[in-house]
Amino acid sequence: MSLRSTTSVAFSALLRNRLRSLLTVLGVVIGVAAVLTMESLGQGATAYIGNTISGMGSNMLMIVPGSPNQRMGGGASNAPLFTTADLEALRRGTRDVELLAAVSQRPLRIVAGGLNRNTVVNGASPEYLEIRLWGVSRGRKLTRDDERLGAQVCLIGATVTRSLFPGQDPLGQELRVHGVSCRVVGELEEKGASAFGMDMDDIVFMPFTTFTRRITGSDRLGLIVASARSPDRIDDAKEQLTNVMRARRRVLPGEDDDFAVRDPREVQAVLDQVTGVLTTFLLGVAGISLLVGGIGIMNIMLVSVTERTREIGVRLAVGARGSDILSQFLVEAVVLSAAGGVVGIGIGIAAGWGLSGVLNLPFVVPFAAIPVAFGVSVLVGVIFGVFPARKAAKLNPLAALRFE
Amino acid sequence: MDSLRSEPSLLSFRGVTRTYGEGEAEVRALDGVDLDIQQGEFVAITGASGSGKSTAVSILGCLDLPSGGEYLIEGHPVQSLPADVLAALRNAKFGFVFQAYNLLTRTSALDNVGLPLIYAGLGVAEREKRSFEALAAVGLAERADASPNQLSGGQQQRVAIARALVNQPEVILADEPTGNLDSRTSAEIMQLIARLNVERGITVVMVTHDPKSAAWARRQLVFSDGRILSDTVRA
Ligand SMILES: Nc1ncnc2c1ncn2[C@@H]1O[C@H](COP(=O)(O)OP(=O)(O)O)[C@@H](O)[C@H]1O
Ligand SMILES: [Mg+2]
Repeated sequence: MSLRSTTSVAFSALLRNRLRSLLTVLGVVIGVAAVLTMESLGQGATAYIGNTISGMGSNMLMIVPGSPNQRMGGGASNAPLFTTADLEALRRGTRDVELLAAVSQRPLRIVAGGLNRNTVVNGASPEYLEIRLWGVSRGRKLTRDDERLGAQVCLIGATVTRSLFPGQDPLGQELRVHGVSCRVVGELEEKGASAFGMDMDDIVFMPFTTFTRRITGSDRLGLIVASARSPDRIDDAKEQLTNVMRARRRVLPGEDDDFAVRDPREVQAVLDQVTGVLTTFLLGVAGISLLVGGIGIMNIMLVSVTERTREIGVRLAVGARGSDILSQFLVEAVVLSAAGGVVGIGIGIAAGWGLSGVLNLPFVVPFAAIPVAFGVSVLVGVIFGVFPARKAAKLNPLAALRFE
Repeated sequence: MDSLRSEPSLLSFRGVTRTYGEGEAEVRALDGVDLDIQQGEFVAITGASGSGKSTAVSILGCLDLPSGGEYLIEGHPVQSLPADVLAALRNAKFGFVFQAYNLLTRTSALDNVGLPLIYAGLGVAEREKRSFEALAAVGLAERADASPNQLSGGQQQRVAIARALVNQPEVILADEPTGNLDSRTSAEIMQLIARLNVERGITVVMVTHDPKSAAWARRQLVFSDGRILSDTVRA
């Protein structure tokens, strides 16, 4: 008996019992759908975080006060802030660092015309936007002259334009930041929301000198941003930055640093770890539902073999061999399971699409997972179909014919 | 006469027994039966219920094997044959007709008839052609697409006969083929079976309770308690 006729016999048997077939494979459908959804969302999240981190700038390193063991963005520390002299020392004492930038930021009220808004205002040296690969969509950038002169100029994000200069060209307009007047010389390229959901375009940049002299009154720094000369120098640059800072802050050998040099790739590593744990967990869930689905298939195939004992008897009487009966029931189990897999793949991708919309993640079709999921569902059919199929194949023709 | 023939009988039992159960509970369905059936014969088997008629026919058709003695097909002992060869014999040499028709439900008459051809390894086109011819031979060509529950008992038995016929068997084994039918329909079915015997030379072995049906056969076997009580051939 050819595989083609075996398959068509199996299909017609399954179609005769549509609803039961569907319920039987629910476990497989759920298992496969879970894997596909998870893969889709996981890859979407990875792509999103990857985009965000590369959007933070190339080869970027950040130096922050506080112990390196303290969690990133964790609470305040007692460690002293940095000074502009630290910045100078770093500039001189590091070989593999290309750019260094001072950054200081504060949430402040900004006013233009009759409108006002609370926004994060940054005082940053021009290198900062260079490191972050952040350009302007109109107007000009901040320059070293602006920095040297402490010019009263600023760059604004698109959100600020929309709320304070609706329908107008913001260039050349006056903006008052915490009572200090400055002229808008450029608008930043839009960045959208950050990985943590903050609006990156709700922002104002001023020269670091202007910001510290006129607004904060202190040139202490909460953050130094650096860039390595090339991606393969990041680790060297990090080591050099650490050595200079240890010397300046008189950290003794064997003592813990009171500052940390952060590499955004670390965030990626931590997130990968989290994704990995989630993946393992969901694979477990998927595995269990595939197991349940497989047992369901075995159960229904056993019922089917019993119900169709007379049919098996008739087939044996007209010349079916044991192997024909075996392959008929095995193919039936595999068709059932594989059909469940296909439905599960469809549902999984659809759910991934829907959830990625809700979670604001890019939608990724997990192409690599599709053949794997299909293969696994075929395998489930084979594994759990063998026992019932063998039972059917071993029936005695006469006993099967007389079965009531 | 038989002993002078150089060719072996088509089907022959040599002291065939078939027992069920063991010890005290042992049932001897067949108790040392000797029987020779020649090519082209039409044999009717009658006898009381439980006398071993169905058991004999099942063993003749390789649906079951003897517990003792020998069953020979054209002189070859059947017991030693592997299961797949027995399946091939059931497929090519024998056609079965049962009292309960045993058609597959929710399957068209045409597909029911074609079932043996699937296991003979024929392709769809050839299967349909031959199944249609067999249905035509039993007078049901126009009901090819009907499923069993749309057919009368007599029609269902015709479909079953077409199925028995479709792979051009040498022997048709029928176990009470008219047992579920009224007398008029029984007569039609018997006429059909007799025609297959006469026109195609198919050997027929038929179990029946009905003397009118049995009367169609030339040779009459009467079973009793697992033995052959009488074996008569009409002149
Ligand atoms: N599978 C079985 N198990 C036990 N006893 C059986 C089985 N099949 C048949 N028998 C017994 O064998 C005897 C002959 O049965 P059978 O050949 O069906 O008789 P008939 O067809 O002449 O009515 C009966 O006594 C029956 O009860
Ligand atoms: Mg009987």
